[in-house]
Amino acid sequence: MSAREAYLRWRYRLFPDHVVGEILSKNWIDNAIPFMFLAIAVAVFSLIIPNFLTIGSLGTMGELLAEYLFVAIGMTLVLKAGGIDLSVGSVFALCNFCALYLVNALGMPLIVVIPAILALGGLVGAINGFLVGFLRLRAFLTTLVTLILVRAIVELLSLNFGVNASYSETPVPQWDYLGAAQILGMPLSLVVAAVVALLTHVLMTRMRFGWHLSAVGGSRRSAYNIGLPVKWIVAQTYILSGVFTAAGALFYASRLGSIGGSVGVGLEIVILTAAVLGGNSLGGGRGSVAKAIIGTVIVVMVTNALVRMGLRTGASDLVLGLILLVAVAIDVKWMKNRLKVLNRAYVSPTYFALPACPPTAEGSGSPYEVNNKLATAQPIGKGELDGPEDIILDEDDNLYCGSRHGDVIRFFAPDYKKHEVYVHIGGHPLGMAFNQDRELVVCVGGMGLYKVTKDRKPVKLSDETNRSLFSIIDDSRMRLADDLDIAPDGRIFFSEATIRYEIHDWVLDALESRGNGRIICYDPRDGSSRTILPKLQFPNGITMAGDGESFLFAETWGCRISRYWFNGPRKGQTEVVIPDLPGYPDNINKASDGTFWCAILGMRSPTFDLAQRMPQFRRRMVYRVASDEWMYPNMNSGCVFKFDLDGKVLDVLWDRDGIKHPSITSIREHKGRLFLGGLFNDRIGVYDIPGADPEWTGIRHYWGGKTGE
Amino acid sequence: MKSGRDAILSLNQEQMVIAISAVLFVLFSILLDGFFRISNLLSLLQSVSILGILAIGMAVVVIGRGIDLTMVAVMVFSTGWSFTLFAGGMQVEVALLLGLLLAVAFGAINGFLIAYVEIPAIFATLAMATVISGLGRFALVSSENIFISGDVGWFASLGAGAIAAVPMPVLLFLVISCIAFVALRLTRYGAFVYAIGDNPLASRNSGMPIRPMTVLMYSLASLVAFCAGLIMAMTVSSVNTKLASSTMVYDIILVVVIGGIGLAGGKGSIRNVISGTVLIGLLLNGLTIMNVDYSAQNIIKSLILLLAIIVDSLLNPRDEQTAQQGDI
Repeated sequence: MSAREAYLRWRYRLFPDHVVGEILSKNWIDNAIPFMFLAIAVAVFSLIIPNFLTIGSLGTMGELLAEYLFVAIGMTLVLKAGGIDLSVGSVFALCNFCALYLVNALGMPLIVVIPAILALGGLVGAINGFLVGFLRLRAFLTTLVTLILVRAIVELLSLNFGVNASYSETPVPQWDYLGAAQILGMPLSLVVAAVVALLTHVLMTRMRFGWHLSAVGGSRRSAYNIGLPVKWIVAQTYILSGVFTAAGALFYASRLGSIGGSVGVGLEIVILTAAVLGGNSLGGGRGSVAKAIIGTVIVVMVTNALVRMGLRTGASDLVLGLILLVAVAIDVKWMKNRLKVLNRAYVSPTYFALPACPPTAEGSGSPYEVNNKLATAQPIGKGELDGPEDIILDEDDNLYCGSRHGDVIRFFAPDYKKHEVYVHIGGHPLGMAFNQDRELVVCVGGMGLYKVTKDRKPVKLSDETNRSLFSIIDDSRMRLADDLDIAPDGRIFFSEATIRYEIHDWVLDALESRGNGRIICYDPRDGSSRTILPKLQFPNGITMAGDGESFLFAETWGCRISRYWFNGPRKGQTEVVIPDLPGYPDNINKASDGTFWCAILGMRSPTFDLAQRMPQFRRRMVYRVASDEWMYPNMNSGCVFKFDLDGKVLDVLWDRDGIKHPSITSIREHKGRLFLGGLFNDRIGVYDIPGADPEWTGIRHYWGGKTGE
Repeated sequence: MKSGRDAILSLNQEQMVIAISAVLFVLFSILLDGFFRISNLLSLLQSVSILGILAIGMAVVVIGRGIDLTMVAVMVFSTGWSFTLFAGGMQVEVALLLGLLLAVAFGAINGFLIAYVEIPAIFATLAMATVISGLGRFALVSSENIFISGDVGWFASLGAGAIAAVPMPVLLFLVISCIAFVALRLTRYGAFVYAIGDNPLASRNSGMPIRPMTVLMYSLASLVAFCAGLIMAMTVSSVNTKLASSTMVYDIILVVVIGGIGLAGGKGSIRNVISGTVLIGLLLNGLTIMNVDYSAQNIIKSLILLLAIIVDSLLNPRDEQTAQQGDI
């Protein structure tokens, strides 16, 4: 091994590149950027402003934060459904003025004032909602116009009634309490805001209305087509926004009691900055209360810091505007390119050197020498099947296989001309086995481990396992359960080929050549599943070795077959049986003479073997070349070979022309005949094995004679 | 078959605006004292011509399916900066050149944000208006009202002069209108603006440089804003930066929308701007003579704008084929 290869091997072993793609594919990544921004802002301001994080300054910030938070949550609701509400600045001022007028000039009790003001905010919101939702006007321009309209109304009101509203003859203790009360050291307004935030969060994520908002914001036309009342939903967001703004204004009014002309001026920009900075998208579909909170905290902190730095007027506008522009720019670019970046960053190849490939050419004298024995194989269900990955036969010689359409299909003995859908499971059935009760146990790609009861009902056995400690993607979920076998004690050992790709992308896993797969043990006694062998290179076929304490498994991209002891004195040990196959092994199954059959779904090629040793090349390929042009392993010639526990190859069967069985994923010996299945094939092949035991069946070998016999 | 409703709609918006203007003119002449006087009409024209010039810049952007909310901020702070520099002793030509460059730079930034960063136009310019006002008050001008003292040379005639009793601002409005008309109707770039406004994706696919064109459009709007600001400064001998936080920018949109330039883009011409300007000018003058106070005027204007937007959205419905997700 050259120094360069040694370097590559260590570099890819030590630096887990795949983590980048996995982090990018997380939903919380949207919140990570604003959160980092928050952390940086806190750090910078605490450094340059003395006493920035003292109790007193936090208290002032808390009151402002609470008032802004109400408005920002309302804005988030509107943004989520794809709108925007710029009128909040004026609605805030209007509600502030009216609240003070009701309390100071008319002396009304709070029990009247609070609902009245909330209703006033809702009324202005309803006007916006009618114009934008029902008349389908442009949200931005329309709410801008209501902004100036309501602002003009406030000016007119304060011109005529301002004197009466500005102070009260008799003090109103409840009103003052609203503005000054503290609960556990926090302003009352902040406590109420927190409760409202929590309730809105539940509304948005756990209730029907919130889901409708996401639907409308994500794709308005689709939401309409599935029958949602889109116009009404949009209108409701504006009403809610108005009510929330009124709530903020109530606390503001009770705290400051100011009717100055500058109340609420520019508030819409501040709130918009907060909402977008937190990661709520303009244009809808993406938004949450948490995002609104993060954004509001940042904005309040920045404005507070700017005030305390004592800069000239205009500085705060300048900074807020710049933050808004940067936040929107990031939002627009992120939304546009997220999937593109993710697609490129997700595939992360590593270094892997295969042992030398044994020769297969005719006349080479190798045990894998090409022949044409499978030319005599007869087809079953030719042209009617689509992807019979695995096959199995029951005690009455009926044949079962999977199909890409999510069915298990049964062919009837003895001639296998007629077939029926045995059961519809939904996912692509892969590996199959019969358990002691003669029920079919199936690995279903994308779904997990299932069994089919005698009365043809699919029953889920397992679709999750223990989550490993430092995994970033959720590896408790099963993405690609592949093949299984059942130990004499009833435990089911099954392979999950990869935890990083869904079933339709399984071949991408070949580009990584990292150990992404694992073997899981399902225990029927307590229904639990545990990962017993992690980090395998696409583990595929599994079969019991026959001693009751070990099984054999094939690693497809690793081109090797290994043996694992789950019981007995060597429990927990793994031993490689065949380290250097000439192709990519798939399922392994028992032969009648106590040895094993293994299917090879494609042959190795020198170019792909070389590419496996050049991860940087494969990475470049993924980055620069369209995915249709990527180099994948060969899947166009298949063979079957027979081997024993010592790794000695006893027999090999080839389809030389590669027309009948271009790639073989499974084999099943039954009464002297070998049945051949293929993931991409349109048929099952039947090959008569010369000299094989004509009475031997797998199911009897495993579980003895027929029950009741 | 043509129903009555179709017949009304087939009367295009420009003709309707001219008809309404004529009716208003007659009504005001009869009902309002002091309306139908040469001096009042001249001052009406003069006061509205600034608005008209700004509306020409806005019209170019709106035809190209954009909107520019920074125009007033650009106008006051670029000219304000020029005259602050002039007051500081700089030669007037140099100071004005610097102001002009600043205005064009603001426009180019707007265009860049919209064309290259792909921020929705209305959002980008709203945020930029805040940024420009903030920057202006923070760094460009020292007081809210900048008085122009000293000799500004021939520039003074831009605001104060008159040819054949027609005030200079009105003439300049007509000159700029002619230039814009020629540029939009008779040049390749004008055709590009209409095409981009009509269907940005199709124009891109047919090879038009829509991104550079967008930058050009917003730069031109800012250039026009600077010219308007200069004329206004020469007329009143001062620059009032408070205008930046007023509702003047909505008056400009009002003129454009009332005139009949659809906000969906690709439609309208300079003629619409002139008819819109006349109508709004009449209205504002009438309201002022009737002694309606400023806030009430704002309420009336915004109600009219709201009505105009509703009518606009009925006449020029948004095209679902070319509207984009996030086009708010």
